[in-house]
Amino acid sequence: MTTVIIRGGTVLDQHGERPADVTIVDGIITAVGATGPDGATGADDMASAAVVLDARGCYVTPGLVDLHVHLREPGREEAETIQTGSRAAALGGFTAIVAMPNTEPPHDTLATIEFVRAQGRRAGLCDVVPAGCITVARAGVALAPLGELAAAGVHLFTDDGNGVQDPGLMRRALEYARPLGITLAQHCEVTSLTKGAVMHEGSCCSHLGLPGWPAIAEELMVHRDIELVRLTGAPVHFLHLSTARSVALVRAAKADGLPVTAEAAPHHFTLSDELLASFDAVYKVNPPLRTPADIAAIKAGLADGTIDAIATDHAPHPPEAKEAPLDEAPPGMLGLETALALAITELDMPIADVIAALSWKPAAIAGLAGRHGCPIISGSPANITVFDPALQWTVVPAQLASLSRNTPYAGRTLRGKVRHTIFAGVPVVINGRAQR
Amino acid sequence: MKHLLDIGVLTPDDLHHLMALTDHMVEVNQRPIPKVPALRGKTVVNLFFENSTRTLTSFDTAARRLSADVMNFAVSSSSVNKGESLRDTIETISAMGVDAFVVRHKSSGAPMQVTKWTNASVVNAGDGWHQHPTQALLDCYTIRTHLNRRTGFDGLHIAIVGDIKHSRVARSNVQAFTALGAHVTLVAPPTLLPPAVETWPVTVSHDLDSLIAKVDVLYLLRMQRERMVDALVPSLREYTGAYGLTPLRAARLRPHALVMHPGPMNRGVEMAVDPSELPGSMVLHQVTNGVAVRMAVLFELLGSGADLATSA
Repeated sequence: MTTVIIRGGTVLDQHGERPADVTIVDGIITAVGATGPDGATGADDMASAAVVLDARGCYVTPGLVDLHVHLREPGREEAETIQTGSRAAALGGFTAIVAMPNTEPPHDTLATIEFVRAQGRRAGLCDVVPAGCITVARAGVALAPLGELAAAGVHLFTDDGNGVQDPGLMRRALEYARPLGITLAQHCEVTSLTKGAVMHEGSCCSHLGLPGWPAIAEELMVHRDIELVRLTGAPVHFLHLSTARSVALVRAAKADGLPVTAEAAPHHFTLSDELLASFDAVYKVNPPLRTPADIAAIKAGLADGTIDAIATDHAPHPPEAKEAPLDEAPPGMLGLETALALAITELDMPIADVIAALSWKPAAIAGLAGRHGCPIISGSPANITVFDPALQWTVVPAQLASLSRNTPYAGRTLRGKVRHTIFAGVPVVINGRAQR
Repeated sequence: MKHLLDIGVLTPDDLHHLMALTDHMVEVNQRPIPKVPALRGKTVVNLFFENSTRTLTSFDTAARRLSADVMNFAVSSSSVNKGESLRDTIETISAMGVDAFVVRHKSSGAPMQVTKWTNASVVNAGDGWHQHPTQALLDCYTIRTHLNRRTGFDGLHIAIVGDIKHSRVARSNVQAFTALGAHVTLVAPPTLLPPAVETWPVTVSHDLDSLIAKVDVLYLLRMQRERMVDALVPSLREYTGAYGLTPLRAARLRPHALVMHPGPMNRGVEMAVDPSELPGSMVLHQVTNGVAVRMAVLFELLGSGADLATSA
């Protein structure tokens, strides 16, 4: 019998906020008790046989869930492995991460899906939940085996990195998906509008002489897919929305009662396209950093719930790839270890809403409700994040657990840091240190 | 001044200073032996990741006339294809002992990246669609000389015609011409204008015929043939019809108006008239001034005060 006691923190979940100690036995929450004035509780009698985690000054919340992570394994293990990515996730407070399928080979066969799951279990730091491909090899031509993968428990499907360009194929994918109970997630980019694109199309790109990625390239596909959802009744999740008009389209679709959900990445509510004036490829990401007006719209969309989830789009790349000229460098930036702090530091939202967007709302979108994002009550699986919302820390790339260093936040001081992460009842991060 | 990467960071005083220095270099170039020891012992590396015989030759000539040692590296393929990163290339050559890199690259921003990996001075010899600062300087110098505008370009009207969107020459020249006081009009179909052109300090026109008789300088850009593939214009014929300098249009130019082109010209496309028959053609003057301007830039960056009056 393994017992863990989280002592002296403030429990925060879908039921609100209250000071409580949390007792975990064999992976299940067994008691949530009021903390006494000196931190003493009824759990004390068990303390001698337990791991006791100090949570004073911290929130104790359902484990965070990241809908959008590139783990690079299999195929690009020099950038990240499932183990190093899992460690970064655990340190960032995540107990479940959805692995994007743009690996080599991609997640379009059961064999690859099972490999990713097995590597995730081997790492043992969080649930690694592979998303399947919508189309074979993410090539946008033929449907991947949606039914076979759905039967094996895959819930989210996406060609992320690529949007499904052909509206006829996307319609058929949605029609085929509907009875399977799965969700298709779209990377919205009409590629005929983004040929060679390096950054947001606007005044900055105009002066820097860099090929532009216009907002309309995202918005056209958001609009198209909303109408395909209306036609087919199958749900769509919109990945990494970046423009004000995309947020408005999704807001209207939700008002119409359509089954659409959306996520936004921290860099899209914290960084703007002016940073590209440095010509530093660490700021190159797809979709690109947008304007301050777009940032405001993303924040408003998160605040009013139009955007359901904060998802990192964690995209590791080795230094040599990011030292290339901007048009040659691959897009993407690290996210797992900074997401919670950026949300706390930059979003003007109640902390409960921030955690909702990082935990139980993405858990539901990923089909993980019941395993992750569960309320902190007796009987829930013990996937729990304990973080200090006030602790200030400075991002030092070399201190990150990811194999790669491409964070755009180097040197930035943020507020909010994970102290403990409990995955399946096991403290995988204690006092900010990964235990494996 | 350590580097010359972006003409936009130069003040009008900086531009006037470099043009005054260019006057000296023009004088040097007119001597029987056009060579001075100003940069003796300095090493200049011309690192061209994109083919450009004329710009490479111009920089090479400029450095040699100042007695610098010159190494030319023409790297036709991109750094990725070559298998060596830009950083490794720069660090390797830098380790040989180099005072200046002159960098031409197809990627916007590459010369700025180069500055992170070397202590040498870096001169941008054209990067992507971004900047071509020595072209802007030589164009300013040519206008200054031929329109006798030593104190500035106030009241001058300059039309830049053609593919502005993909042009580093246009980006640099708009900044330099307007900094010196000129009024600039961009003339192009909307598909060849940059995004957010309203944020540029210019006016925009799609009608060359209404402007041609009013401008002091007509600056033609090279029309790249691959623009047709991207459906930016229907055909070269249609482009020339609307935006080319045809004999009919040339006849309407004001008597003092200059016609300029950064080269290489597409005869029969943007230059649909023989420039040698145009009294205001600056095309070869631009090339001549290019050497002197590049001498001035290298001297400004690397010179240690050696006397330009001394012969080599």
